[in-house]
Amino acid sequence: MNTQNKRLVVLAGQPNSGKSTVFNALTGASQHVANYPGVTVDKMLGWYRHNGTRVEVVDLPGTYSLTSYSPEERVSRDFILHEKPSVVVNVMDAANLKRCLYLTFQLLEMDIPVILNLNMMDVAERRKIEIDINRLEKKLGVHVVPTTMKSGRGKKELLDVIAAVSGERSPVKAARIDYGKMEPFFREIAERISSEAILAKKISLRWLTIKLMEGDAEAQRLIRENHPEADTFIWFVEKLRSDFEVRYDEMPEMHIANRRYQVADEISRACIRSRAGLKASLSDQIDRFVCHRFLGPLLLVGVIWLLYYLSIVQGYNITNYTWPLLAKLRSFAETLTPKPGFIEIPLMRSFVLWFVDSINALLNYIPIFFILFGLIALLEDSGYMPRMAFIMDRLFSRFGLHGQSTLPMVLGGIYVGGCAVPGVMSCKGIPDERSRLATILIIPLLNCLAKVPLYVLLINIYFAMHKAWAMFFISTISLLFVLPVAKILTLTVLKNKETAPFVMEMPPYHMPTLRGILGRAVERVWLFLRKITTIVAAVAVVIFVLLQFPGLSDERMIHYNGEKEKALKTFFTKIKDTSYLDQLQGEKLISLILYWDEYKSAKMGTKGREAMTALNVEFEARDPVFFKIVQPGKDKTAKKVNRAFMNLSKARKGLLRQMRMERIDKSFLGKMGKWLEPVTRAAGFNWRVNVALLSALAAKESSVATLGALYEQEESGEALEQRMARGETGFTSLHALALMLFMVLYPPCLATAISVKLQAGSIKWMLFSMIYPMVLGLAVAILVYSGGKALDLTGFQAMSVFYGLALTLTVLMGFLKNKSEYEKERR
Amino acid sequence: MTLDQMRPGNECLIKKIAIRNKLGQRLLDMGVYPGLRLKVIRNAPLEDPMEVELDGYFVSLRHEEARFVEVELP
Repeated sequence: MNTQNKRLVVLAGQPNSGKSTVFNALTGASQHVANYPGVTVDKMLGWYRHNGTRVEVVDLPGTYSLTSYSPEERVSRDFILHEKPSVVVNVMDAANLKRCLYLTFQLLEMDIPVILNLNMMDVAERRKIEIDINRLEKKLGVHVVPTTMKSGRGKKELLDVIAAVSGERSPVKAARIDYGKMEPFFREIAERISSEAILAKKISLRWLTIKLMEGDAEAQRLIRENHPEADTFIWFVEKLRSDFEVRYDEMPEMHIANRRYQVADEISRACIRSRAGLKASLSDQIDRFVCHRFLGPLLLVGVIWLLYYLSIVQGYNITNYTWPLLAKLRSFAETLTPKPGFIEIPLMRSFVLWFVDSINALLNYIPIFFILFGLIALLEDSGYMPRMAFIMDRLFSRFGLHGQSTLPMVLGGIYVGGCAVPGVMSCKGIPDERSRLATILIIPLLNCLAKVPLYVLLINIYFAMHKAWAMFFISTISLLFVLPVAKILTLTVLKNKETAPFVMEMPPYHMPTLRGILGRAVERVWLFLRKITTIVAAVAVVIFVLLQFPGLSDERMIHYNGEKEKALKTFFTKIKDTSYLDQLQGEKLISLILYWDEYKSAKMGTKGREAMTALNVEFEARDPVFFKIVQPGKDKTAKKVNRAFMNLSKARKGLLRQMRMERIDKSFLGKMGKWLEPVTRAAGFNWRVNVALLSALAAKESSVATLGALYEQEESGEALEQRMARGETGFTSLHALALMLFMVLYPPCLATAISVKLQAGSIKWMLFSMIYPMVLGLAVAILVYSGGKALDLTGFQAMSVFYGLALTLTVLMGFLKNKSEYEKERR
Repeated sequence: MTLDQMRPGNECLIKKIAIRNKLGQRLLDMGVYPGLRLKVIRNAPLEDPMEVELDGYFVSLRHEEARFVEVELP
């Protein structure tokens, strides 16, 4: 590889410095997201071409510092250390020079070429902050490029400087901080390391000594891996550290940070002239309302409501327009598959339709997701998110969660109708590993959209008297599950997970750009499609196999064929005297059946007298003989044939239904449902319910669809509600309650499970997120059903009692204190 | 005195960060360092966390974290 022509530029900077704007401006559309190995931090990659040279760009996560305490800082640091970029562009907020320099010094200490990019100059100018660029360059010994990347100002200059600096071969002569009284300590460490040439060659000696003096764990690890006498050496460093602390009564890391701030202060004083008086900033004015004791929470509820309304309600309305497109896709796929026979449905046909249905169920959510992702981007860019965390942290931290768990929970469905996929995906921002995992694990217990059809079905049948209350119960009960469960998880399985301090910046509010928001919405929808759809497709295949096979035995097929022959014989006997007999032989009969099916469904979708006439004309033109049979009018013979044919059609439908029932019954999934019945009986689930629940593993919408198939209609027109109520005599409101509660605690759908894997970073957590809700759900269902039965409660009574219990438990859990993280460190 | 005892509106001088490791480093990295003036802006609606202003920017932190920031009135 020719290093002259291959250049790697790294963007580093503090959060809210406009780093991603710079990244977008540099790379345009040629960027993609990857992952740093071993952590769930996104790696933004891109490239551009400048004067014929291809330049790779990596946008490091925004960090305030480069310690080894957070994964973002670790990956940023390791990337710079090990990938040796041609140049690091340190993007900073021009209006906040002093604090940004704190990070700059750490970059300079790594001995890599650094360019300072003073971004958001427009803001600084508006605030009347004047920066002496030349002086700053001289003081720091690096190039300084002022830009306003939002409008593209300074982009050309930045590109030129990047090209110039990354082409240079001369060593960097950047300013270095004099750590004063600590310098002798550095020298002692440096002498010891430089005798071990291996280390000194790999990374900057200065950087390593400073990090060792800071007590940095990763620096110590580097020593352990490379130094022949690591233990003695680290012991030596520890001794130096404690010597320093004893002598100057200051922790070494404190001294180092202090010096950085002091020098930053000196430099910014020397280079900045601010003509503005200190007046309350606009952001602070806004926060007087946004974070107000009463208005703040009220506004938060309003924002959440708007988020739901725009994405779920309005997004759902849009699906009314997009669904027909997906339905067309299905019909198109249908035309490609082999035609069905009298009772023989080709496997290929059922497979293709099943597959398309599974994918369509997911694609149907795209409008909702698009709006949702756009709104999240809006919240993120505007700066409202930290305020949300600020308001909610007290409540959530009591349950082991984090202020920043608010948005994921809202998305997941804090009331009815969220979606766990974006919910889990938005957990990324939670800095505290323990809270983040807890949030990821509880999101699937919230009420996503797909759980709602089953609730509505059951409430309409069994809680018709108390519909509103039942709906309120089911909407809020999930929150009463989620909070105690989060608490229990953080006290048990997540006990030893890494935590992070809450301390966070409340950045100034910021006007988001339409381009930024749309761009991110598109990007996230695309990510969703790529990562999720492929897997759902794969699993659809598996469930199909489980539902179809082993299928009907030859014996049973012979039986059904006999039934078929019987039906056909009856039909032909009835029409033997008519002229139609000859016209319906062999293939012709099947064609008539398909013609009839098509006519029926076309009629269903047609409204109005004129449209109906047009439809009739069309079908008559297609086949006048068939039309005569399906619409006999006053013709006596035709009427007779029509009656016989209707009977035949009904007989066929009956046979197909029986076969389908038997196939599910005999299928692997059916067997599983029956096998589980002894366990689930205590929860009130029979095997049919089990099968429905099992099939919902792929996507929860399937539960109602499968129930629909299992309680298939004899006559069309009867709603599933009535069929279920009739088919399940002995199924009471208590059964329904247990089933609904199980649905609340139902394991995540596949799309969610994949997101869990992506966000939690391991298959182990994905499996855990699937198994624990199942166990919990079964336990709750058994408690409610068996308990309710023992106490002879109606479903509604059991509901009230259970709600009271859950509420009590939640409140008690809130009072149970997590042991303070810092207790042991308190002096 | 420690920062968690300050009320909204109070101004004070940071004297010492009395904790090591993650929290100590995080406070430093967020610009909470000895010698700096600080003003408590507000508490969250449920009293915790609190928001402070340091040198023109705003940081929020929980009271249990603020306990380790020793301050003195100017």
